[in-house]
Amino acid sequence: MEFKPKVIAFLCNWCSYTGADLAGTARLKYKPNVRAIRVMCSGRIEPTFVLRAFRKGADGVLICGCHPGDCHYQEGNYRCLRRYHLLQKYIQQMGIETERLKLEWISASEGKQYADLIDSFTETITELGPCKIKETMENLT
Amino acid sequence: MKEQKPKLKLAVYWAAACGGCCVSVLDVHEKLFDVVAAADLVFWPIALDFKYKDVEDMPDGHIDVTLFNGAIRNSENEYMAKLLRKKTKILVAYGSCAHLGGIPGLANFFTGEEIFKRVYEESESTINPEKIRPQHKYEVPEGTLEIPVFFNDVRPLDRVVDVDYYLPGCPPQTERLLEVFLAIVTGAELPPKGSVVGAGIKAQCDDCIRKKTENKLIKKFYRPWEIIDDGESCFMEQGVLCMGPATRSGCGYRCIKGNAPCRGCYGPTADVIDPGTKMMSAIASIIDAKDPDELEKIISDVVDPAGTFYRFSLPSAIIRRKLS
Repeated sequence: MEFKPKVIAFLCNWCSYTGADLAGTARLKYKPNVRAIRVMCSGRIEPTFVLRAFRKGADGVLICGCHPGDCHYQEGNYRCLRRYHLLQKYIQQMGIETERLKLEWISASEGKQYADLIDSFTETITELGPCKIKETMENLT
Repeated sequence: MKEQKPKLKLAVYWAAACGGCCVSVLDVHEKLFDVVAAADLVFWPIALDFKYKDVEDMPDGHIDVTLFNGAIRNSENEYMAKLLRKKTKILVAYGSCAHLGGIPGLANFFTGEEIFKRVYEESESTINPEKIRPQHKYEVPEGTLEIPVFFNDVRPLDRVVDVDYYLPGCPPQTERLLEVFLAIVTGAELPPKGSVVGAGIKAQCDDCIRKKTENKLIKKFYRPWEIIDDGESCFMEQGVLCMGPATRSGCGYRCIKGNAPCRGCYGPTADVIDPGTKMMSAIASIIDAKDPDELEKIISDVVDPAGTFYRFSLPSAIIRRKLS
């Protein structure tokens, strides 16, 4: 059977979710593999969210927030950036390909960029294949 | 005549442990006489000569309290965990290893095969040209010899059996053990099943004895040997990684008093699913950088994030082993 990756996208309410909305209202076509989760700010995304997404079967996790300097809450996206860098280092140590986790800034007007991002990210994950994490965690040996 | 209250039956067992937990029980010193006055020790491999068979012969629920320390590394550990669960009314996961997996849990960064290869073939002091490895079963003229099966995964106690209480620490502080023990002996009302006992609810930082300021931003992480500690201000503010923000209180600041940063042995605070992710969040909020390159450089000073944040808790983390 053809591999259809599951991608979880955490989108901040003020920029990225609106950007994704714009992609929708503009009727842009993009890959249907993404499940969007709206959060108030990219700074709300705890590393726990990301790890749980992987644990529950996501093949890729995308985090989107406002561009640097544009955060609705001033600093939230910088916190997100720092967590992202720590997480990248951590998941690499745990044997998860770092390409499976991506952080990208999407503003409210960047519907096109959002659609392109989903397409390219889904493609990357499809090439990587299914993430082994769920299987590994469930088989206690 | 005064009615004699029946004595409690107490057992202590070690699975994949270093022995420190058993020693922390011995550290009650002369209070051991009070313990023995209130309880009979019916099984304690480190100190008393009882055999597994003696436990097997006990009726179910015979032991009142078992302090089970150590992680589950092999089939013997698992067998004893199941046996003691059956024979015990209150099973306590005693110490970091039984609670979260502990230091032995760091073996989950490797597979069982990798560990055996290293130990029996590659280590510098090993000469084993025939690549002999221990076998689970071995035939000799007298019959079959068996040794326990080595598991691929290290697990905390509650992955194997139902646990009533958790008493964290590496090792748990003896005073805390005495408090819990006293509560059981005096028949005080016990907390709900599954509680962490003998520890606080809040994080270490909440009442830390070191001085904290509002300035919590740092530009560089140091390993403890790279910096001369001023002896009074917060380790994190000095740039030394301290697990205080994500670690349960109750240890009495043993490490901090010894001028060493917290290592996280008391595990996460109440209701936290994953201890390490909380630590990542805490660190992310104190790094003083907005530029990705600068950030990358600062974070590169955190040499082993997974091993540092999950030093005592890898087997109970969301990602409990390295993917293979």
